[in-house]
Amino acid sequence: MIEAHGGRLISRIANESEQERWREELPNLKHVTLNRRELSDVEMIATGAMSPLEGFMNQRDYEHVCEHGRLANGIPWTIPITLAVSSELIAAEQIAVGENVALQDIDGEVFAVLEIADIYKVDKDHEAQSVLQTTDTAHPGVAYLQKTGDTYLGGRVTMLKRPTYERFEDFRLDPRETRFLFKEKGWDTIAAFQTRNPIHRAHEYLQKCALELVDALLIHPIMGETKSDDIPPDVRLECYNELLKGYYPAGRVAMSILPAAMRYAGPREAIFHAIIRKNYGCTHFIVGRDHAGVGNYYGTYDAHDIFKQFEALEIGITPLFFDHAFYCNSCNNMASQKTCPHGSDQHVFLSGTKIREMLSNGESLPPEFTRPEVSEILERHYSNETATVSS
Amino acid sequence: MSDRVSIKSPRPLYVRLQQVIGEESGFSSPTDFIVFVLRDLVGTLEPERQGELSDDELVAVRRKLENLGYL
Repeated sequence: MIEAHGGRLISRIANESEQERWREELPNLKHVTLNRRELSDVEMIATGAMSPLEGFMNQRDYEHVCEHGRLANGIPWTIPITLAVSSELIAAEQIAVGENVALQDIDGEVFAVLEIADIYKVDKDHEAQSVLQTTDTAHPGVAYLQKTGDTYLGGRVTMLKRPTYERFEDFRLDPRETRFLFKEKGWDTIAAFQTRNPIHRAHEYLQKCALELVDALLIHPIMGETKSDDIPPDVRLECYNELLKGYYPAGRVAMSILPAAMRYAGPREAIFHAIIRKNYGCTHFIVGRDHAGVGNYYGTYDAHDIFKQFEALEIGITPLFFDHAFYCNSCNNMASQKTCPHGSDQHVFLSGTKIREMLSNGESLPPEFTRPEVSEILERHYSNETATVSS
Repeated sequence: MSDRVSIKSPRPLYVRLQQVIGEESGFSSPTDFIVFVLRDLVGTLEPERQGELSDDELVAVRRKLENLGYL
């Protein structure tokens, strides 16, 4: 089984003795409220998905990540994992290094505790430029940074209670659970597929090309916070379920939900996504065109090129790079720019905007682009949405 | 307050702990300090800290994966 990033799969979920300790201490702790991304980060840290992180980053790690794409100890890590608060809160609550604080959601429910090891002010523009390569507030990652506090709390977290979800709870598998599954199935090589969109034919093509090379495929849709115009998680999951039933070999494919929030950090997020999948026990990671991109902030293949900045062994998981894939009317099959000799006039490709436009108008997507079963689910979603807006 | 039991410690160690803890450590007694350290240590030795599933977790995970049709 592939080693977790950094050599050890972290668990920061409170065991019995820790629960006992914190139950005694909780009534005396100050509270810090987490937004949805921070809460999903706590869950990712606690389950080991973000190994070797054991908590929110201290200043040293944060600066190394921003400047070098590595933790202070040199291990590759490209996305800051931080807990932002306002300096006013720090002053008003007199929060100090060395104390423990309870981490609660916006409804006041406590999910974790943080042992504060560092409190530091940050330059958000510098972070945005380093990590997202832009300070344009139209970028959702930059917009997020602008609306969060200017001071970060660093330190180890312990999760006392898991967030629960209204739907698809069964599909939530922790790294230890996917690793157990892979071991039980005897799968030595597993390719992970990251997605935040419904699976179209191009995605299916990449997955099946990967499946020709490895023992199994883990479809690993991201279900944390995404952009408001992304297809809602439950609709996406319904699409995946429908496809898995009819078009994938049951004994070689698994699906599980990743509770992470999207950062839209393009190439840096591709490395981050790969490392996370390594922690889940996957040996290969599919990287398509403009991975984790948004708008025109990143080059089409920047997410491929960034892997060259690291030694293969220090990333550990093997990236499977794929070019832009499409259905070619002349080839009469799925292909990519790497395999198809025909011009783009023969390629069936729809932009996200065009897809949304067609679905909003009640049109079916062409079967060469999307399986009819998926198109039907999306049409139903858009017709419900239109009905809701009209009423 | 949860149930407590007494554990015997060599006196020199106890005295040394009193000195080390001092007044600014945040621990009110050597006992508090020992409980804190032991909880942390025991935590690291438990199966989930080693990236493994406990017996109870194994049963639950197996059932979950069977329900999903993966096992």
